[in-house]
Amino acid sequence: MELKERLLASYLAFEDRTEMDDHVRNIRSQAIKNFESNGFPSKKDEEWKYTSLNPLLKVPYTVFSKKENSVEFKDVKKYFLHEIDSYKLVFIDGVYSSFLSETTHQGMDICLLSSALSKPKYKMVMDRFYNQATDKNESLTSLNTAFATEGAYINIPKGKVVNKPIQIIHFSTGQESALMLFPRNLIVVGENAHVQIIERHQSLYENPVLTNAVTEIFANKRAIVDYYKIQNDLPSASLIDHTYISQKQDSNCAVHTFSFGGKMTRNNLNFYQEGEHVQSTLKGITLVGDKQHVDHHTLVAHNQPNCESFQEYKGIYADQSTGVFNGKVIVKKEAQKTNAYQQNNNLLTGDKATINTKPQLEIFADDVKCSHGCTIGQLDKKALFYLRARGIPEKEAKALLMYAFANDVLSAVKIQEIKTRITKIIANKIGVKLGFDI
Amino acid sequence: MLQIKNLHASIDGKEILKGINLEIKPGEVHAIMGPNGSGKSTLASVIAGHDAFEQTQGEILFEGEDIQELAPEERAHRGVFLSFQYPVEIPGVSVTNFIKTAINELRKSKGQEDMPANEMLALIKQKAELLEIDRKFLSRSLNEGFSGGEKKRNEIFQMAMLNPKLAILDETDSGLDIDALRVVANGVNRLRSQENAVIVITHYQRLLDYIIPDFVHVLHDGKIVKSGEKELAHQLEEKGYDWVK
Repeated sequence: MELKERLLASYLAFEDRTEMDDHVRNIRSQAIKNFESNGFPSKKDEEWKYTSLNPLLKVPYTVFSKKENSVEFKDVKKYFLHEIDSYKLVFIDGVYSSFLSETTHQGMDICLLSSALSKPKYKMVMDRFYNQATDKNESLTSLNTAFATEGAYINIPKGKVVNKPIQIIHFSTGQESALMLFPRNLIVVGENAHVQIIERHQSLYENPVLTNAVTEIFANKRAIVDYYKIQNDLPSASLIDHTYISQKQDSNCAVHTFSFGGKMTRNNLNFYQEGEHVQSTLKGITLVGDKQHVDHHTLVAHNQPNCESFQEYKGIYADQSTGVFNGKVIVKKEAQKTNAYQQNNNLLTGDKATINTKPQLEIFADDVKCSHGCTIGQLDKKALFYLRARGIPEKEAKALLMYAFANDVLSAVKIQEIKTRITKIIANKIGVKLGFDI
Repeated sequence: MLQIKNLHASIDGKEILKGINLEIKPGEVHAIMGPNGSGKSTLASVIAGHDAFEQTQGEILFEGEDIQELAPEERAHRGVFLSFQYPVEIPGVSVTNFIKTAINELRKSKGQEDMPANEMLALIKQKAELLEIDRKFLSRSLNEGFSGGEKKRNEIFQMAMLNPKLAILDETDSGLDIDALRVVANGVNRLRSQENAVIVITHYQRLLDYIIPDFVHVLHDGKIVKSGEKELAHQLEEKGYDWVK
């Protein structure tokens, strides 16, 4: 049986054994219908022209892990930003791990989506926000909506500045020969509230894992959201990550995506500006090799006047790795005085590496400032000679130039420990020790 | 220190250097002059090991060792320094981080540990003062947005930090106003010793009023057509390059 058919069959069993209120049941059944009629996207779909899911669809993924699995903190410590105090929401094979987590209900909710979906006291919030920012026609988002039961639920009330970052980590243990996961995060940030979130999906063993994740973020007036995605998974793991961000007036949201590993990584990052004077920032560093594939699809919907968006993606592709950057900016007729900036720079360090980059601007307003640019190149030979003539060996000189290349994005990271961590990951990937910290 | 024997070099199959002979001893300053396109910068690049140029004949001996097969960084580790005519801009890497990396790579090549941070800072401070370089300048990205003068001053600052045996100054005077020229030349003069040597490559005699050469060579069409002492530079200035062709 093909994966689609198996998923549809699993859904029937899932629906039978899961208790849910009518609102959620309705959302799920709409979603599975959409997935049933649209199925998995193929390369014929414009949005999936350069990313094929076919190899993944042949893998016999299990939808639900048969048993509860646990991991020891010492074995997974390195995946946490353990140097700093943080709230933690940790999931193992899709199941919440209270042992590894640190949640709170004091003055804010940093807890589980499963309880938010089932407890009556959250019903009003769920009715208002759950699945409200998503693209209802997007088949893989629908697939997540149909199956998702667990993930992070974060609700920061008006005026609250969360005193430490929140880490959301989804581990897969490899206990199943092949596992498909549907993490779902809902994040509601109230007026003037401020939160920093770090999200990571990590397999611990080289059995195939396909994660199809959806995150919805609602930023109310003047809210500040600083979000970091660290994607550095094993070569057996694939990730399809959908993030939908709805921003109200004067809010400021930034998403930084660091894609360093995994068999196939697809990021669909969608910003909807629903008020004036909104600022949206999308930044990314991609550094991959072997036959890895990373696809960034971004959308910024400028629906209101006087807003800004700033996109900057840097990609370094080694060996036979492949990449996609597709940046769509829509400026609606009423969104006058929009300022939209988009930049995608790529270095191909492998002879057989490929990048497909495509800016896509749809502008219906007449008084706007929209700029975009993309570059594809190799390391600058003159710069390389300059560094080597100063005694810096070829490998280190190349590493230094790659750092320099990625630095614009790295320097925007506000949590120093993330910066240090990313610097170390990059150094490991390139295989050098640099004589200084960035 | 440096012996160049019948050196021929080409780029993309086109011969630029057509039989250069040159010997430089410790403590000496040699000026290499010549019109545009005579091969001055090529000679500098070939000595420093730029792989775009192919050394087709002859040899370059540095302290008795044939360096043809050595990578640019290995030549640097042996004490060859090239001050670039056009220093490359490297955004995201500060002057300080760059020079720290270079110093520690040099030490690593000699089997030494990294230089202790306080020692490094003291050295940077001392050499920056020598070149009249402002502290803020050191935290800027390497050469990014630097004026022509700042770039050249930064090159000589790096030279001061690395203390090479052989320094090749490729058109270090171009783009310098008279004050910057004085600072840069003064820096070079302060670094001269009986152990190291300097090659000054220049189109004009101007810089040679500040860095007094022991020998002057005139390069034309890939060959040294005339050699002499410092007076030769003045004669060239008066009579032009056509005089020696």
